[in-house]
Amino acid sequence: MSIFLNENSKVIVQGMTGSEGRKHTQRMLASGTAIVGGVNPKKAGQSVDFDGTGVPVFGSVAEAMKETGADVSVIFVPPAGAKNAVIEAVDAQIGLAVVITEGIPVHDSTHFWAHAQGGSTRIIGPNCPGLISPGRSNAGIIPATITKQGKIGLVSKSGTLTYQMMYELRDIGFSTAVGIGGDPVIGTTHIDCLQAFQEDPETEAIVMIGEIGGDAEERAADFIKANVTKPVVGYVAGFTAPEGKTMGHAGAIVSGSAGTAQAKQEALEAAGVRVGKTPSETARLMREIVGG
Amino acid sequence: MDLFEYQARDLLAAHGVPVLPGGVAETPEQAEAIAREIAAPVVVKAQVKTGGRGKAGGVKLADDAESAKARAQDILGLDIKGHITHRVMVAQASDIAEEYYFSYLLDRANRTFLAMASVEGGMEIEQLAVERPEALARIPVDATTGVDSAKAAEIVDAAGFPAEVRDQVIAIAVQLWDVFAKEDATLVEVNPLAKAPDGTVLALDAKVTLDENAGFRHADHAALEDAASADPLEAAAKEKDLNYVKLEGEVGIIGNGAGLVMSTLDVVAYAGEEFGGVKPANFLDIGGGASAEVMANGLHIILSDPAVKSVFVNVFGGITACDAVANGIVSALQLLGDEATKPLVVRLDGNNVEEGRRILAEANHPLVTVVDTMDGAARRAAELAAA
Repeated sequence: MSIFLNENSKVIVQGMTGSEGRKHTQRMLASGTAIVGGVNPKKAGQSVDFDGTGVPVFGSVAEAMKETGADVSVIFVPPAGAKNAVIEAVDAQIGLAVVITEGIPVHDSTHFWAHAQGGSTRIIGPNCPGLISPGRSNAGIIPATITKQGKIGLVSKSGTLTYQMMYELRDIGFSTAVGIGGDPVIGTTHIDCLQAFQEDPETEAIVMIGEIGGDAEERAADFIKANVTKPVVGYVAGFTAPEGKTMGHAGAIVSGSAGTAQAKQEALEAAGVRVGKTPSETARLMREIVGG
Repeated sequence: MDLFEYQARDLLAAHGVPVLPGGVAETPEQAEAIAREIAAPVVVKAQVKTGGRGKAGGVKLADDAESAKARAQDILGLDIKGHITHRVMVAQASDIAEEYYFSYLLDRANRTFLAMASVEGGMEIEQLAVERPEALARIPVDATTGVDSAKAAEIVDAAGFPAEVRDQVIAIAVQLWDVFAKEDATLVEVNPLAKAPDGTVLALDAKVTLDENAGFRHADHAALEDAASADPLEAAAKEKDLNYVKLEGEVGIIGNGAGLVMSTLDVVAYAGEEFGGVKPANFLDIGGGASAEVMANGLHIILSDPAVKSVFVNVFGGITACDAVANGIVSALQLLGDEATKPLVVRLDGNNVEEGRRILAEANHPLVTVVDTMDGAARRAAELAAA
């Protein structure tokens, strides 16, 4: 098992014909993902060639789902069009919409999040690397070659820290790694992933990576205390970030005394989570738990 | 992006929110001219992006134009919590009968917008929220429906605004929503929202934060940026499209990905404890690409910082493989030539790491040390900065 994404997932790409979409569709195909179509109303009916694999382009998400049975959409549509792209995916009732796009105005993400409430679509992102169930499927931009299938579940706000952790623990491997994104408003949270990993029989232990800004890690700590029986190790980035400065991710900002790394670490430790001082130490803590 | 009070006031006025006559001045003479035009007692207020300016002597009353000039003279140049006052706002002084509070903001935790309102304005809202939480109405606003007159009435009644100002505050609540939604703000806060003795309700002071991600649909927002007081290195980095934040420290940092760079700062500060408290000098995320040009631009910015004693390049080759990154570093050093004077500690890991390290070893640049682990490289960079 894995969470949210498995070997039967049929993936379409909104924005496949753009440069980022094309590059990463190629990579997803190379890692064995079942990419069944792209969406671009202006290029409907065409086919895009990826090293001999022709991927059909459909006029809408609904049409692509009807023709291919797709249940996952990966969205690379640039910020100005991203809100409508996500709303289209939600209205077509696709099961999973993975929003890679960085730089979406927060009014737009808050809008599509509100629009998705009560619907049947799980949104991951925006401003995220997507998710990978190694050896099964890869929906997004996470490099597939740096790790393998295994028993660790990973949830992280940061892309490169996800890669770093997957690489450090590549000999043990991962059930699923989910990059939930660094924006202030995101669709799938640490808590959603913790719950899914708790319920996934293949996942034996969980790495949770957080960073400054908001209180998602504190709320995740409360959730862990009450609901997670599997071992969790944590890492929090941004101890040295000054107050009031956005550190790369739109959501990574300490406002006054709120959103500090210190507070997040303390909350996690109070919930029984072992928190590493560096990514490598965090990997070592995980190794102590799962062996290897 | 946080706006100055005068910018926030102009933005509110443009959306129909009632404000008092006034203007912004950079010299005492300009302040005098504005006060003369208002032809009434004025308040001269320091324009700084921090609180507590009243206590710091940054807000003064003036009865006439001459005294407005003198007060502006006092306030211009004032250091308020490290913020130098370059401008003052001169606004008509108002007698205040009652002070209220009204704001819209992004509620991250609940992934929605929030209206907050209180008839006990004037004091800091954080203080009110702690001391008298029952006096602060908090009403979620659905992003898909926004605030119309009915929603505004719900907020205003929840806060218990008196009947004689209810209609005025409802109208202002709709106008403030217009500012919040149409300008892509993440905060619009009016404190105080004041009732004058004649019963008119006015926005006397406002804070507005705009979402920089929405800049593509607000061509006019770029002009609101305070380029003058930006750190010169941050300004230079911005011109090159680099994500750079200046910090107080000695180890220059370049990495790929916001999370990894934040983590690199922490690991360097942690390692630096051993070497007399050496700290990271900056945040710089060069993104996934790590091309030679971007690497050269990044190194150029970092080496322009006189506080930098060593540089730590920390790259994980995920999407871009390590050999490409290594070639980028080698070419960047060639591009920089004599400008590269500080020792560089490079840590590469991930895809094609062996080839990447081989390229760096072959180039054998005298300033470059390659360390295999992030923790070890941070330690070495801190040690070099302390030497």
